[in-house]
Amino acid sequence: MTGERPIGEDDLQAYVDGRLASSRREAVKAYLDDHPALADQVKQEIDLREALRARLAFKAAEPVPSRLRVANLVAAQRRPMHRRAAAVAAVVGLLIGGILGAAGGVWWSGASHVAGASVAGNAIAAHRIYVSERLHPVEVPAEQEAHLVQWLSRRVGKPLTAPNLTAQGYRLIGGRLLPDSGEAAALFMYENAGGNRLTLYARSGGAEAQTSFRFESRDDVSAFSWIDNGLSYVVTAKAERAQLLPIAETIYQQFEAPGDPAKGRL
Amino acid sequence: MDEIASLLEPQIPALRRYAWALLRDHEAADDLVQDTLERAISRWGQRRHEGDLRAWLFTIERNLFLNGLRQRKARGTQVGEDALNDVQAPGTNPESHLGLRDVLMGLDALSEEQRSLLLLVGVEDLSYEQAAKVLGIPLGTVMSRLSRARARLREFMENGRSTVLRRVK
Repeated sequence: MTGERPIGEDDLQAYVDGRLASSRREAVKAYLDDHPALADQVKQEIDLREALRARLAFKAAEPVPSRLRVANLVAAQRRPMHRRAAAVAAVVGLLIGGILGAAGGVWWSGASHVAGASVAGNAIAAHRIYVSERLHPVEVPAEQEAHLVQWLSRRVGKPLTAPNLTAQGYRLIGGRLLPDSGEAAALFMYENAGGNRLTLYARSGGAEAQTSFRFESRDDVSAFSWIDNGLSYVVTAKAERAQLLPIAETIYQQFEAPGDPAKGRL
Repeated sequence: MDEIASLLEPQIPALRRYAWALLRDHEAADDLVQDTLERAISRWGQRRHEGDLRAWLFTIERNLFLNGLRQRKARGTQVGEDALNDVQAPGTNPESHLGLRDVLMGLDALSEEQRSLLLLVGVEDLSYEQAAKVLGIPLGTVMSRLSRARARLREFMENGRSTVLRRVK
């Protein structure tokens, strides 16, 4: 009647939890019928289990506070990381600059940093040339955004989007295609209500899959550059570092946000 | 990120319930859940098996809880007094009456490991295998400790709190 195996404490626990297969459950029931004192204990344990569940149920039914929203946590985790990374990168940049100066740059062949720096240099140069252009700042205007994005994505070889910077006060005015060391580069231009222009430069490549933000400042122009998912990005504006950083973060997050994070995006 | 959110968010109510059951303080519990989620997000790539997401999350949460206890102990802070008061505070749960409150009092009479076992198996519906993973003990040990935990809770409820040393780990 009790089956081939004697009833064990594991059977009793699984019985309390309602996790026994029906044949085994019947065997335990029959065993408990023969052992009323034990049956009474098991009954109490089932009641206590239910009481505990009932007592705690309210907590799982509460609305989840917004500070526990995963999207918020992911965003919050990125921000301080990049602040730190940017600060470290700035210090490292200064150190490397000093060392390069001292050693004449002979031993230094840190390709990725130099390559990144040259992309940033090209992006800043493009910014200077086209931002001051009054008649033809862009090749394709924002009115044809879908076409612009499709065209530049095809030429750069990665899916791009023009990030939405309206929350930062900038609206897209258009974009153009540029040559960069024999490769195609995309330049998106934005303008705020005060007529200040900001550019986002993107091209494929970069020796590293991913880097932290790098900050550069040349004369009155500031730029943050980073590599993510095989694309080099440079955001450039006539702005202070502290003003530009949240914009760079916004752009970075917009590239992160949509769709499968493993797939290409911008 | 969408993948992380869609997998993590359904687990949050259970993580909050376990955290509150351990801490009995709503703010502290959500701090623990937040720490747990942040840790999970930052280590997302190190997660080995999709199927054991729950066990992984509860493991993180419990370890953070234990770390927090150790730190508070090291600082010599009184632990648990507020938690126990909170249990007795009327109004935390409109449905609470003596019997229901006593379940939580009984829970406090157990060791942390016994408490976690009762919560993870009996309330969060983790399998015995998952509970074994969270607590880092063999499956057989889970069954015998669960048995002891339930017996102890039952005895506490029968004999009243006076005979049981009020233990807060």
